[in-house]
Amino acid sequence: MKQDEFAPVEMSEPERAKPVMVHGEHCIGCNTCVEVCPQDVFLPNPSTGEPPVVAYPQECWHDGACVEHCPCPGAVELRHPLMQRVRWKRKLTGEHFRL
Amino acid sequence: MGNPWPYPVLYGKERRFVADVLVLGGGIAGCWAAISAAKKGARVMMVEKAATIRSGSGGSGCDHWHFAIESPLCPLTSEEFAQALVDNHKGYNNGIARYIQCRDSYDTLLELEGMGGKIRDGEDEFKGAEFRDEKTKLLFTYDYLNKYTLRVWGTTFKPALFDECRRLGVEIFDRTMATRLLVEEGRAGRRVAGAAAIQTRTGEMLIFSAKATILCLSYPGRNWIFSSELTGLASFTPPANAGDGHAMAWEAGAEMVMMERSVAGVNGTDGGNAVPPYMMGTHANTWYPCSLIDAEGREIPWINRDGKVLRTIGERCRPAEGQKFFLMGGGVASFPHPGIYEYMPPGPLPLKKLLEEGKITLPIYADLPAMPELERKVIFGMMVGQEAKTQVPVLQTLTRAGFDRDKDLLQSYHLIGQSDWVRGPVPGSWRRFGVNPGGPLVDWDLKSSLEGLYVAGDQLFGGNDHSHAATTGRWAGRRAADYSLGASLPGLDEKQVKQERERILAPARRRGGIDWKELCAGISKVMQDYCGEIRNEELLRLGLRSFGEIRNREAMEVMARNPHELVHALEAFSMISVGEAAMHASLARRASSETLHFKRSDYPHMDPLEWNKFITVRKHDGEVVAGERPLDFWLPFEENYERHNR
Repeated sequence: MKQDEFAPVEMSEPERAKPVMVHGEHCIGCNTCVEVCPQDVFLPNPSTGEPPVVAYPQECWHDGACVEHCPCPGAVELRHPLMQRVRWKRKLTGEHFRL
Repeated sequence: MGNPWPYPVLYGKERRFVADVLVLGGGIAGCWAAISAAKKGARVMMVEKAATIRSGSGGSGCDHWHFAIESPLCPLTSEEFAQALVDNHKGYNNGIARYIQCRDSYDTLLELEGMGGKIRDGEDEFKGAEFRDEKTKLLFTYDYLNKYTLRVWGTTFKPALFDECRRLGVEIFDRTMATRLLVEEGRAGRRVAGAAAIQTRTGEMLIFSAKATILCLSYPGRNWIFSSELTGLASFTPPANAGDGHAMAWEAGAEMVMMERSVAGVNGTDGGNAVPPYMMGTHANTWYPCSLIDAEGREIPWINRDGKVLRTIGERCRPAEGQKFFLMGGGVASFPHPGIYEYMPPGPLPLKKLLEEGKITLPIYADLPAMPELERKVIFGMMVGQEAKTQVPVLQTLTRAGFDRDKDLLQSYHLIGQSDWVRGPVPGSWRRFGVNPGGPLVDWDLKSSLEGLYVAGDQLFGGNDHSHAATTGRWAGRRAADYSLGASLPGLDEKQVKQERERILAPARRRGGIDWKELCAGISKVMQDYCGEIRNEELLRLGLRSFGEIRNREAMEVMARNPHELVHALEAFSMISVGEAAMHASLARRASSETLHFKRSDYPHMDPLEWNKFITVRKHDGEVVAGERPLDFWLPFEENYERHNR
């Protein structure tokens, strides 16, 4: 089969949702998160050593494998979608909090 | 023009492999199947859509190890416990898998400990707790008298299984999606000869020939509800569980059972409306037996099956007077039916009733501060932390945000007690297969109706929970290995391989069309409209017609801009096959059934005696053939287990 039988292959534009974020100042570009993510949410950065691209944030399953296996604390952060930010109350004071 | 694809593009390229045992799916069941087959000396290949180190429903963790009936702590027998699990579903469960689970659960756990899984409180963190056995340092839960379910450190399990697979020489194909079972002569119903697969990053096709194949691809998880936006946090099983395994079994002509069964609710299975698993205050499962409190600080009383108010935490974890044991844990009853009286567990008074009587003010909170210290610590710190998807998304995230288990009340979002995680009632047309789903019919070898094809884990009919996946994977791996060592290598049908190549690459050839998300959303709508809460002959026929139209039109227009999107398009095709199987099964059962949550408006009588049986459907020569089995076709338990336990 010839490759021109197929449509051009490209990465679709990354979406703006932020259920998972990679912080460039901590990331060493090792791509561990790329390799463990069950949903293949990340794509490796075309520039070696640079933070991966969060290419498919909407598909994040929030299992936390990326954070757990990341060798650099703080480099990958799960950010819960707004509709799933739960509340709690301090029992003694009645003070209310939200994630 | 978008950004360049970072992986090599290998559309149209193909590699071939030959295995004794081919395991499809590298979750809990798949890893155990691969390990036990490799230990028997078989050459094993395992195909996993994601990355085996953490993939699958149980990859990120597990808090409960269910039904360790043969452990020295448990006074019950596997015979009585498996029968109870079956009876609590009025017969509609998988007695074979449940008995194997009861018999092998504890041995499997010890084997897992040998691989590096943590199963004991070796650090004495919970020394003196009512839920701890001081001699073995095992922790138990739910029923503190019968101790059949153990608390475990399940975040250690999947990496341990992964390492063991590699140590035993299992050849693992990560990022590879199985797409079709290849059958002799390319004809549905014949011996399974292997599988076709596609690499999810490069689009390369992989063709596996195998003497035996084991399906470990879970149950379909998102057939009635699909949303492409930010739904992941709330779903309990991975979105990747699109039903590829069920679709493959169905298209290959395997006999499917209980496919007419479904349950209303999202319950973390799919959809963006639920609260993330265990990220809300609850009394159940991972949080058992946590106290609940209303907005004005009034504690919700707990009662046993007879309505007796329970005064202590310990009483919540004991059977009622005259009750030998109660059943608790994932899938033991057919929610919202509480199961039969004999095994009914303790629980808080129904919140809906209290609300109607004006006795509580919403919202409800989980009252961890009111719990004894070790119960508090074990719920929020170990159970929440070790259960799948709780270590990072719940324990770490809430703790970092300032939640303090000693001081704080976490809000409950199941406002009137409809279901865990759901904000109130959901429409009857929002349905799901699991827990206790339908699937391929199996015998005591966990072999399907097709020669050479075995099934394990959540893909089994009646499948549910971690130790069930582990024990059935371990069992099916041995049986498949035994079979493979005495069998010849079946031949592939090159015509079928070619057809499959054309099918799976078609979306990559299109330069315009619709995307996979619209296709999935449309398929879900067909399920809601024609295979929803109320079904009849007319609706089901229209549903099948709708799927036929989608197959010939929109499925022919779906496009994929890269291999990642191609995988999702192929998952949508799986959803169509699964939907068709469910509709055919629904047509074949001409009676309603409470236990199966199955309403036929043209056959409204609930559970008439002559329909108390399993209904099966399979594809044969282009037709769908229905069959049946008695509800207890697996009996007697012990004799069959011993005969097949080689």
